[in-house]
This record gives sequence, C-alpha cells and structure tokens, in this order.
Amino acid sequence: MPDPMLAVHDVEAGYNPSLPILHGVSLEVFEGEIVTVLGPNGAGKSTLIKAIAGLLKISRGSVTISGRDITGLETHELIRERVAYVPQTENVFARLSVEENLALGALHNQDQFVEQRRRVLDLFPDLERLGHLAAGKLSGGQRQMVAVGRALMADPVLLMLDEPSAGLSPKLAQVVFSQLIRVKEVGVTILMVEQNARAALKISDRGYVLAEGLQKVHGDARSLLDNPEVGALYLGAKSRLARS
Amino acid sequence: MMQFVADGIVSAALIALGAIGISMTYNILRFANFAQGEILTIGAYFALLLVGVMGAGIGTLGPVAFGWPLLLSILFAMVATSIVVLVVDWLLFRPLRNRNAVRITLIMAAFGLSLMGRNLVTLIAGGEPQYYAFFIPKAFELLPGIKVVPDDIAIIAIAVIAFVALFLFMTRTSMGRQMRAVSENPTLAQINGIDVRAVIRWTWIIGASLATVAGVLLAHNTQLRPEMGFDMLLPMFAALILGGASNLYGTILGALVIGLTEAIAVSLGLAGYRAAITFMVMLAVLLVRPQGLLGEKE
Repeated sequence: MPDPMLAVHDVEAGYNPSLPILHGVSLEVFEGEIVTVLGPNGAGKSTLIKAIAGLLKISRGSVTISGRDITGLETHELIRERVAYVPQTENVFARLSVEENLALGALHNQDQFVEQRRRVLDLFPDLERLGHLAAGKLSGGQRQMVAVGRALMADPVLLMLDEPSAGLSPKLAQVVFSQLIRVKEVGVTILMVEQNARAALKISDRGYVLAEGLQKVHGDARSLLDNPEVGALYLGAKSRLARS
Repeated sequence: MMQFVADGIVSAALIALGAIGISMTYNILRFANFAQGEILTIGAYFALLLVGVMGAGIGTLGPVAFGWPLLLSILFAMVATSIVVLVVDWLLFRPLRNRNAVRITLIMAAFGLSLMGRNLVTLIAGGEPQYYAFFIPKAFELLPGIKVVPDDIAIIAIAVIAFVALFLFMTRTSMGRQMRAVSENPTLAQINGIDVRAVIRWTWIIGASLATVAGVLLAHNTQLRPEMGFDMLLPMFAALILGGASNLYGTILGALVIGLTEAIAVSLGLAGYRAAITFMVMLAVLLVRPQGLLGEKE
C-alpha cells in the first residue's frame, strides 16, 4: 500500500475551540484518486475541508501532505505545499477579470505561468474567450470553471473542492463533474465535499460519510453507492445511520 | 466666472491625494482611518526637516516656485512617513487585528492616534505656522477669465502623474492585483496564497506616500500648521463617501466634486459656508445614489 498523499488523523476542529464540530475525523487520499466526503447538512463536511485548508484551527489531530505535517499551517502557506482549495461560495474575485483571476492563481508558480495557463485553457477552452470579462459577470457554471482554473494555475498536486455543484442546475453540475474527471486525468488528486452524493460518487474512487462530526462509513465509491445505509441517507430512502 | 474651475481642480488634486490612503485602508484594512490627516501633516513636516537640513531653499523649476530641493524632500518625506506609519501599524493596529478587534475599536484607536500625532507635531515643531520658502506667486491668464499660478499647474501635473502611476500599479503589477483581491475577498486571497500582511504593508506605504505628497504641496501653497491635515479630514472623507467608498477611482471623482463645490462656494462669496455647502451637495448625491458615484450596491 503506498503512503497517502493527504492523511487526516483524528482531527478535532470547529469555529469555536470550546465547541468542536469535528470529533476525531480521519481520512486518507491517495495519489491520482477522487475522494468525496458526503454527509447531511451540519455533518462537518465543510468544517473538515476548511480545517485542512488552515481556515479553522485544529485543536487535536494532524494533517500531513506526502508525509509532511501541515497541521496549523497558515492558509496562504498551503499553496506552497501544492494544495489548492476552491470554496463553495464567493470562489472567484468578482471585480477582477478572468485573466486576472488566473494570474492570481499562479502567484507562487510564476516560472511556469505560460505553460500552466496553456494547460488550464486546454482543460477549460471557454476561459480564453471570457478572459477580459469581470468574473462577477459570468454564469454560475462559468464561475466554477474560473474558480477551478485559478486553483489549477498553482499546479497543485491536490485540489480540494467544497460542493462544486452547489447552486448549479443538474445539467451544469454534470458538466462540472465531467471537468473534474479531466482534471484527474491530467494528474491532479481531488478531495471534494458534496451534497450531490450520487453524481459525486459516480466520478469518485472512494468516499467517506460524515454525520454529526464523526466519520460513519468509508469505502470505494461503488460500494458506497450500493450501501443501503448510505443509500438511505443520501440516495432517497429513510436511514438509521444518522441515529447510529 | 470660470476661475472656480481652476481653483477647484487644484483643491481636488490635494484632497484626492490624501483621500486615496483613506480609501485603501477602508477597503483593505476595513476601517476608517481618522489619523490620515496627521499622516499628511507629518509628511509635510518631514519635508520641512530636509529642506532645513539641505539649506538650499526649495529651488525653482522655470516659472514654478519650487524645484528639485523640494521634490527631493518629498521623496525623503515619503520614505520617512511610510516608516512611521509601518511602525505605528506594528505597534498598534497589527496587535488589534490579531486580537480580532471590532471595527469601532480600530476607528477609536485611529482617533486617539490623530490627537497624539497633532500634539506631537506641536510639541516638536511648535504651533506657529511655518513655510518652506517665501515667494510671491505670479499668476498668468491661462484662458480668458481664468488665471492660474504655475505652481498650481505643477500640483495638478504631480497629482495626475501620481494617479496614473497608482492606476498602473493596481492594474499591471502582481502586488496591485493582490491588493484588489484582498480588498474584495480577504479569505479567498489567503486561500490563493496571498500574504495579506505584505498587502497591508503596501497599503500603508502607498497611502502614506500619497498623503505626504498632498501634505507637502498643500503646505507649499499655504503654510505648515499642526492642524493642516486635520482640516483636510472632512473633505477627504466626503470625497471617499461621495465617490463610492469601495471604488478607488470614485474617490478621485468625489474629490473633484468636493473641490469644485468648495471653489464655487468661495467664488460666490460664501467661503465661510463652504463646508456646509459641500456636505449639502454630498448628501444630495447620496440621496439619489446611496452607494456613491462609482460605488457598488451592497
């Protein structure tokens, strides 16, 4: 078994140190995978990704990237570890043009700017046409493209996304998920948090299910899709999992 | 009759140079810096210090009654004022930010600094008016009915150069883009790897440098007094709000409206009421467009 690219071990974190939302969550993401974290509202999915990104203080546990401990690293330093994060909302600089958004993404990757911009435009050809427009003027799907494109400009090894399909129509969500498959194909490992469980698991290798700040189930994506507990929670029927 | 246009533009240039710093601290550090007037004052006095040390007067540049000695003093004062402002940020505002101080705390700290700064200038330099040099301005007729002093044209030229340089800095440089990014969304900026502390340092440096230019040119046109910057505070904030607090270029437009309104008031013999008239105009504009001339709706 290879060493994980991202290892989250027994993490306790929250917005208020005396009221943690995560109560000892652990997960691993291996190189080349798409891993999805699922869970109902309030399960701690976004809290987990924010804690990994350094936006929330981790009061217990550790986070490592390729074996290096990044627990407590300041958010702006994470990109130097080649970890990029796309938040759920307000994930573009709306007043800046698409090109300026992309340029900001390459802040710590200036040497590779031209090549990386070409790679990103190959993935998202529409961005070239939209380059001069203010990102705030774009549609939801186009904004998501800019957000992911900007994150990729840093040439990350790990891309973390918080609900990339949030607020998008089912058709647009499918477009975003198919774009993520292409991102994976160019060698970027992906960790995402999603409410749209079925669609997310379809493109994922593995998944984790959180409930009430605890990790309840994990496994490969196919087994989670077929798991009646997960199915009950996220794919339609009633569930016992949330109460367990 | 059109004389007020020339007078108003000179006044607007000085207001805008000072107000840009307020706009930047408001948008990036997210508080209203009521000590901006004193930054302007300190800059003017630093220039006086170097003018005195050099002992060569302020020179001339053709018909303009100031030359390289004063321009050199401006550069020195920009550096010295920036250092003072960075030290103050390190000693006062940074610890407050680190403790997540609420906005009103930062504003009151700035108020306190403003008082301290004014008293300190009075203590060190004295309360009496001082001058870089004595000169008799010679006006010439630029257009029929509009007389200007060559120094006024130089002031407008310096301000325009400063605004163009600022525009190029904000749009063409990486730090400029980073500053705009932090201004819009500090969290996303950090996620993107932007070092917000570096952006804050540049915010202070640019704001203090432009305020220094305003302070020196104002002092050259009038006199140095410990209250000179404080007296500019009201028009500077009026320009910021009128132009749209979220828009740097709006601040320049706001300054133009404020400067022209003040000049019109003076030309109508209402010099004593110019502050009131300016605020009436500002309120009238805000009633129609609450976000200011170039501001965005929240």
